[in-house]
Amino acid sequence: MEPKLIAQTIAEALKTRFPEDVKGTREFRGQVSVIVRKDRIKEIMEYLHDTPQWCFSYLRDVCGVDYRGRKEPRFEIVYQLYSVSHQHAIRIRAEVPEEDPVIDSVVGVWDGANWLERECYDMFGIRFKGHPDLRRILMPEDWEGHPLRKDYPLKSDLGEKEWKDLKEVYDLAKENRAYEMRQDG
Amino acid sequence: MDKGAAELQTRELTINMGPQHPATHGVLRLVLDLDGETVVKCTPYIGYLHRGVEKLAENRTYLSALPLTDRLDYISAMANNQGYCLAVERLFGVEAPERAKYIRTMVAEMSRISSHILWLGTHALDIGAMTVFLYAFREREWLLDLFEMLCGARLTTSYARIGGVRNDVSQEFIDSLYRFTGEFPRRIEEYETLIDQNRIWLKRTKGIGVIEADEAVNWGLSGPTLRGSGVSYDVRKHAPYDAYDKVEFDVPIGKRGDVYDRYRCRMEEMRQSNRIIRQCIEKLPVGPVMAPDAPKISLPPKDNVLKTMESMIHHFVLITKGPMAAPDGEIYSCTEVPKGELGFYFVSDGSGRPYRMRVRAPSFVHASVIPRLCEGSLVADVIANIGTVDIVLGECDR
Repeated sequence: MEPKLIAQTIAEALKTRFPEDVKGTREFRGQVSVIVRKDRIKEIMEYLHDTPQWCFSYLRDVCGVDYRGRKEPRFEIVYQLYSVSHQHAIRIRAEVPEEDPVIDSVVGVWDGANWLERECYDMFGIRFKGHPDLRRILMPEDWEGHPLRKDYPLKSDLGEKEWKDLKEVYDLAKENRAYEMRQDG
Repeated sequence: MDKGAAELQTRELTINMGPQHPATHGVLRLVLDLDGETVVKCTPYIGYLHRGVEKLAENRTYLSALPLTDRLDYISAMANNQGYCLAVERLFGVEAPERAKYIRTMVAEMSRISSHILWLGTHALDIGAMTVFLYAFREREWLLDLFEMLCGARLTTSYARIGGVRNDVSQEFIDSLYRFTGEFPRRIEEYETLIDQNRIWLKRTKGIGVIEADEAVNWGLSGPTLRGSGVSYDVRKHAPYDAYDKVEFDVPIGKRGDVYDRYRCRMEEMRQSNRIIRQCIEKLPVGPVMAPDAPKISLPPKDNVLKTMESMIHHFVLITKGPMAAPDGEIYSCTEVPKGELGFYFVSDGSGRPYRMRVRAPSFVHASVIPRLCEGSLVADVIANIGTVDIVLGECDR
């Protein structure tokens, strides 16, 4: 069967199984995404992972998207699923509102979700309930803000409120410059 | 006496490894809790090379975000360029001409060989086999010279374009590459004679860092790191792109999922890559190297820009505003780069800039499995385990 048709079948099955939670499906260039509410995300993922017919054993990616000012709820967590044995794929998009940026963790389903979810937390400030080790991963642990949010500036205009470790580095560099050898001896 | 012994307390020793440690292949930092020689807990810290590639791409046009991909996995920039361009092509619904597809397949396989050679050299060096490093760099140099001949750069190539490649290959390039493919199989045998019978190499790789097939899939591993465990998952076979459905090659898989099997997989992969390059040269069709039907997406030829008004306008708008008529949609597109599955997820809002560009980097996922491989093993095997998952921190940290 064509990949698109399989993905549509899976989307239909999800709708029947979780009528309350599936908000709709979107199709573009032969790829199907299912938009769901966040509340029962873990059950949905367990269903997709455990059902032998679908067997989504492989979690390709978890990432966040910020739709600030364009869509309500503001955030989406996007899961790219793949079945290595059946060779079919589907995308699940879970909507997460700004005022309550919490979603259940799927580390219990896929071990690989661990760092991917940590990155979402780091970049978007979305917390994953039940995550074993939810810390920042790419940014320093004392960093303020979540860089991939749309209201986070590309270039810093913080001035005095700059990350304090950076200021330390600058000060140290300034201090070290005093010891540099002078050309005139 | 008894009392004295009871008072002696033992506790785990915490040591810091990296970020400036030659064997961590970049700026990876591990904090190891040791009980004697055994690793009890391993905590990786990454992010030292974080440049915010995803954030930067949101503020650039589709064309000018391409050079960012060179700097992800900087050892195989060609393959990254190809993956990026394919993703954008799929988003816009354009297709590269046949000749460009073959050329992209060819250069991607060249970068696979050069990446695996570098991996072999450094991995062997870490475990204590110095000689192979020197031999490996000889062949890598040849490939990098070829890249330079092709596009002027050895590492940050930016060669692929949305809808094709930047320029056609020269006959000189083809001749030299064909000579390379003739000689390379013998060179691989040379590497193997250096280490395949080496008892130290075998002792340090066999049965080390074992991960079973199911678990490897569950962790999201990909590329040779996954195939070493016996899972036959290769994007080139599962969802062929460019010219991969027109060339013959096998996907080598391992059995035991240890460091040695992953080594064997990569060695065989180099042979297969060599085969693919040879077929690409032999079958290389004639024709243009840029899609002719995509003037509003990819840059027009420079000659035309200087001569015709229309091309100049297209050029101007493409550079300043980005591709016109971007669709409103999202796409996930993945390719098999030397390290594993490199995925790009684009959310487009119809403007010339990606609304969101997500890079699914294989090294990021592979780095997350290091604690799983190291915990319970000896501290000396940590080095073997870091080498075997083949991570590049530029891609891991993005």
